[in-house]
Amino acid sequence: MALLAYTIRRLLMLIPVLLGMSLIVFAIIHAIPGDPALTILGEKASPQALADLREQLGLNNPWYMQYFHYLGNLLKGDLGVSLHSKAPITVEMGPYLAATIELTLVSMLFAVFIGVNAGIISAWKQNSWFDYTCMLIALIGVSMPVFWLGLMEQWVFAQELKWLPSIGRDNPRDPVAEITHFYIIDSILAGRWDHFRDVVEHLILPGIALGTIPMAIIARITRSSMLEVMRSDYIRTARAKGLGQFFVVYKHALKNALIPVLTIVGVQVGLLIGGAVLTETIFGWPGVGRYIYTAIGNRD
Amino acid sequence: MAETHVQTVPVKQINEPISSPWRDAWRILRKNKMAILGFCIILFFVLLAILAPFITPYEYDKGELVDKNLPPSAEHWFGTDYNGRDVFTRVIYGAQISLRVGLFAVIGSIVAGTFLGLLAGYYGKWIDTLISRLFDIMLAFPSILLAIAIVAILGPSLENALLAIAIVNVPTYGRLVRSRVLSLKEEEYVMAARAIGSKHSHIIVQHILPNSLAPIIVTGTLGIATAIIEAAALGFLGLGAQAPQPEWGLMLSDSRQYIQKAPWTVIFPGLSIMLTVLGFNLIGDGLRDALDPRMKN
Repeated sequence: MALLAYTIRRLLMLIPVLLGMSLIVFAIIHAIPGDPALTILGEKASPQALADLREQLGLNNPWYMQYFHYLGNLLKGDLGVSLHSKAPITVEMGPYLAATIELTLVSMLFAVFIGVNAGIISAWKQNSWFDYTCMLIALIGVSMPVFWLGLMEQWVFAQELKWLPSIGRDNPRDPVAEITHFYIIDSILAGRWDHFRDVVEHLILPGIALGTIPMAIIARITRSSMLEVMRSDYIRTARAKGLGQFFVVYKHALKNALIPVLTIVGVQVGLLIGGAVLTETIFGWPGVGRYIYTAIGNRD
Repeated sequence: MAETHVQTVPVKQINEPISSPWRDAWRILRKNKMAILGFCIILFFVLLAILAPFITPYEYDKGELVDKNLPPSAEHWFGTDYNGRDVFTRVIYGAQISLRVGLFAVIGSIVAGTFLGLLAGYYGKWIDTLISRLFDIMLAFPSILLAIAIVAILGPSLENALLAIAIVNVPTYGRLVRSRVLSLKEEEYVMAARAIGSKHSHIIVQHILPNSLAPIIVTGTLGIATAIIEAAALGFLGLGAQAPQPEWGLMLSDSRQYIQKAPWTVIFPGLSIMLTVLGFNLIGDGLRDALDPRMKN
């Protein structure tokens, strides 16, 4: 019962936060300089047409009326119509959202797989050359500006070595039917393995660029957490029982060492959305980050 | 046994230097090779930034088009860019910009965050609820997106980018100070101060602020690193410094189309961002180990 009450209280506390967020989003839309009517109709529109459109969009109402209208639509799941393409935003956002989720998932998988394993082995072989190399790379990784890493990757692997494509999600001249908008799944559904390979190749560079910082952070946290766990009594007991090193490290120690790592992974997923804006700009990735960036320009 | 032991203690204290938390921290910090390396990197960039006009014979915003996209050479250490401007000159003038933005953005966030955090933690009640919820709301947005939105409202410029970064990072310091205040309020010496009738302002300035300083310094140093990256990111997106300012992020986005012909125009500004950020991260890590062992993880 106590847990239920606690959960309900926490959920109720979310309401003012969500209201505040919607107010901020609304304020941002309002405060960005420029006239939406002018943006839609262009510079040459007649004053009459502009005034009509303003009336139609409800731009002449006081701001709090506009806010409640916006809030009401938000609760109905209606995010409004894009001023630019006239399509409802919920429909228009679908493919962008899928593109960003695909990229974020791939980079997070990369970050967790490499980061956790590098951290474990570094802790296991503490003060070895492997440990020092890993921690040096992790240190540089934490300080890496995403956009510079992306540019360097493009230059080396796409332009100089020509191993991997540098822009977009697939070869635009050779598309498959978009069913889920997740290109990996779409190409499997279409049974096109050559296209699957193409999609994966397009994912590698942006995935690594976006995943490097979380990878470095995860590696450092895993290492220090593993070192702490490895010193505890139950690990000594497990060793004393004569269990193999590998078994002790991966079965016994890892279970407890992963708890702080999981917390960090959760935080990093949130931060990835921010990094996605930059990565998507560099790699011409048609995702939410780039969408938001251009939408601010178009006053959507 | 016990008596002789008691007698030796004062003698020992006279010979040893006076011990205080700050001295202890300095002693630990001096032994930390990585932190010293960080200090050296930052000192190097600070010197470059201050002495820029004396180090380079070129100007950061003037170049000969005849000399465009020249590879690194004895005259142009880092080569020249698409306008024939000396890249080395632009990089060291860029150090001025990035260090200034990093420092002032963090100072701004610390001042505002400390004020709000003190208010929330010390007075509690509805002020606490209001400020804490405000922080929750701000932290719900990815910081770079919030910064982009603020710059979009104010108009793109270096000053507005600095302001946006400062605003976005206020909750980090606000929450930190608030939690310090909440735990310090329960300390016996603070209760004692209140019991003898000290004023609120006296308790805050004499007891709470000095004891919140260590975590603020640690987070602030690491915060400079983040602020420099965020400023460069805004510059890269065209929302920060404007041409012809030699801002590192802006230099990257300006030169990226020439990356194959003149890779040095992209390599060196990016490398400078990375090294500066690395330097502040190293110092921050070292300070954390020295000042606040509990924060170590």
